[in-house]
Amino acid sequence: MKDPKIRTMPGGRTPDIGSEKRLADIRREAEIRGMVKAVGTRPAGAPFPIAAPQTGYYGIPLLKEPAWTWEIPLYFFVGGASGAAAVVGAIANYTGADRKLVRDAEWIAVAGTVLSPMLLIADLGKPSRFLNMLRVFKPQSPMSVGVWVLMGFSAGASAAAFAGFLQDRYGPSLPLRILENAGQTVSVAFGLPFHNYTGVLIGATVIPVWNENVGNLPIHFGTSGLSAAVGILELMGNDESRALQALGLGAAVIECWEGLRLEAKSSPSLEPLKRGTSGKIVRTGGLLSGPIPLALRTLSLMLGSKHSTKLRRAAAASAIAGSLLTRMGWIYAGHVSARDWRLPLQIPHLAGGSDVEREHRKFV
Amino acid sequence: MSVTAFLTDSTLCIGCKACEVACKEWNGVGEDGLNWTGNSYDNTGALGHSTWRHVKFVEYMPETGFGGNAPELNTWAFSSDVCKHCENAGCLEACPTGAIVRTEFGGVYVQSDVCNGCAYCVVACPFGVVQRNPDDGRAFKCTFCYDRQKAGLIPACAKACPTESIKFGEIESLKLRGAERVEELHSRGMQDANLYDSADTSVGGTHAIFIVRGDPRSYNLPPKAEIPTIYLKKAWTSSAIGAAMLLGGTLVAFLADRQRGPE
Repeated sequence: MKDPKIRTMPGGRTPDIGSEKRLADIRREAEIRGMVKAVGTRPAGAPFPIAAPQTGYYGIPLLKEPAWTWEIPLYFFVGGASGAAAVVGAIANYTGADRKLVRDAEWIAVAGTVLSPMLLIADLGKPSRFLNMLRVFKPQSPMSVGVWVLMGFSAGASAAAFAGFLQDRYGPSLPLRILENAGQTVSVAFGLPFHNYTGVLIGATVIPVWNENVGNLPIHFGTSGLSAAVGILELMGNDESRALQALGLGAAVIECWEGLRLEAKSSPSLEPLKRGTSGKIVRTGGLLSGPIPLALRTLSLMLGSKHSTKLRRAAAASAIAGSLLTRMGWIYAGHVSARDWRLPLQIPHLAGGSDVEREHRKFV
Repeated sequence: MSVTAFLTDSTLCIGCKACEVACKEWNGVGEDGLNWTGNSYDNTGALGHSTWRHVKFVEYMPETGFGGNAPELNTWAFSSDVCKHCENAGCLEACPTGAIVRTEFGGVYVQSDVCNGCAYCVVACPFGVVQRNPDDGRAFKCTFCYDRQKAGLIPACAKACPTESIKFGEIESLKLRGAERVEELHSRGMQDANLYDSADTSVGGTHAIFIVRGDPRSYNLPPKAEIPTIYLKKAWTSSAIGAAMLLGGTLVAFLADRQRGPE
C-alpha cells in the first residue's frame, strides 16, 4: 500500500531506461550547443499569447471591479424609496391630505433611516469604522456628501415620525406638531438629495457604463425611488389616493422614457445594460418600472372602481420589484463594465461578439 | 525634503521582479496566490491590494534587434508598474474618511488606521491600482515608501532594482532625465520610445512616469486617464433637476387632488 504521506507528483511517472536516456540527451545537447532546441512538451496554454495594442495587455482588465455586492444596491433601493417617501409625506401633510398617508410615509422614511446604515455597515470591510466617515465633510466626494445627507435625513425623519407617533397616541399638542413639522422640513431638505444622490455616487466613477450615463442616473434613480415609495404606500392601504396614482403614473412615464433612451442609444460601454445576465436584470427592472405599471394604472383609471384597487396594487408591486431590480442590474452592469478591458484603452470592439482568445490567435 | 517621483524605464528592465520582492518584503505585503496565467512570465497579472509593484511582460512578434533577442524568438519588453501617484488623484478625491492623503513628497498615501473599507476609491482610480483586501476589508496600494522617504531613504523597489530601470529622485530633474533618455533612445534608432505621464488629462501628471516602447496600451496604460471628479458637475446638476421634479410633481399632485375635493 502507498504511504499517503508521500505526495506523488503530477503524472506520477516511474523512471525507466527511455526517460533516463532522454534526460542524458538533453544534457549532452546543452553541453554542446549551449541551449536545447527541442520543443519537448508544450506547456498547456502555449504558445504564449502576445500583447499588442489590439489585444491590450493580454486582455487583462485595466480597471478594478467594484467591491460592492448585494448590500449597496439594496441600500440604493431603500434610500431612494425612503427619501422620496419623506417628501411625499411632508407635502401630503402641508396640503392637508389624509392623516394615514402622512403617517405611513413617515414610517417608510424612518424605516429607511434604520436600514440604510445597517446595509452600509454590512458592506464595509471594517464595520467598526463607519464613524470614520463622520470625521470629515468632503464636498468633492459623493460618498462623503451622501453620508452627511443620510445623517441629516435620519434626524429629520426620526423627529417627524416620533412626534407623529406621540400625537396619535396621546392626542394633538402644539409642541409636538411644531416638532413634526420641523422634522418634516428637515427630512424634505435632506430627502431630496438622499433619494437620488446614489446616481451621482456611481455616475462620478471611472466605470464606463456608469459615467457614460452620469447625466441621467440621478434622475433615473430618483424616479425609481419615487415609484417604489408610491408603491409601498399603496400596498400599505393608501390605494384610493388620486395624488399617489398621479405620482405613480408620472414616475412610470419617466421610467419608460429612460428605458427608451437607453435602448435607442448604441455604444460599446452600454453593452452590459443590454447583454448577458446584467442586461436581463436591467431590462426586466425597466419593464417592471415603466411600461407595466403605466399600463396597469391606465387600465385602473379606465375600468373604474370595480377593478381599480386590484390593478393599482399590481402596478405598485411591479414598480417596487422594478425599482429593486433596476439598482441590482446597474451595480451588476458596473462589475461587467469594469471587466471590459477595451473601453479604458480605447480599443474598438470587434463586430460579432469579440473574444480575447481569437484575437490572440491572430497575432501569435 | 523635496517632491519626488519614480521614473521607470522599461528599456532597462530585465524582468527580474526584484522590485516586486523588495516591495513585498519591506512593506510586509502577503503572498497573493501562486497562479499560472499563461501570459508570458507574468503570473501576477495586475496591481492590487497585495501587489504594489508589478512587472509586465509584453511579448511582440520576433523582431531582430528589439530587446536583443535571437531572430527566431519572440521579442520581449518588461516594465515595472506601480501606483501612478497622480497630481489630481481620483482615489484621494473620492475617499469619504480623509484616509487618503497627499504626503510632503507628493505621493498619495492611504492611512490604514483611518480607512473604513467603503471601497469608493476602487471605482475612482483610472489606473485600476487601489483595491479592497477581501480578508482585511480595507483598501491598499503602494505607499511610495513613505516610511523610507521619511527616513531619507529611497523606496525599496528603486533600491533593489539592479539595472536602475526604476529611478527615483526629485520630480523635475527626473522628468528632465526622462526626456533626455527618450531623446537618446531615438538617436539610437528606437523611434518608438516615448514618455508616459498622463500630463495632458484631468490627472494632471503623475509621480510615476514611464518610458515604454511602442503603444502604451500594450502595457495596460490608458491613453486618456481621467479622474471621476470631472463628472461631478453634470451629476449634481442632474440630481438637482431630479429633486426639483420630485418636489414640483408631488406638490402639483397633492394640490390638484385637494382642489378636486373628496371623491
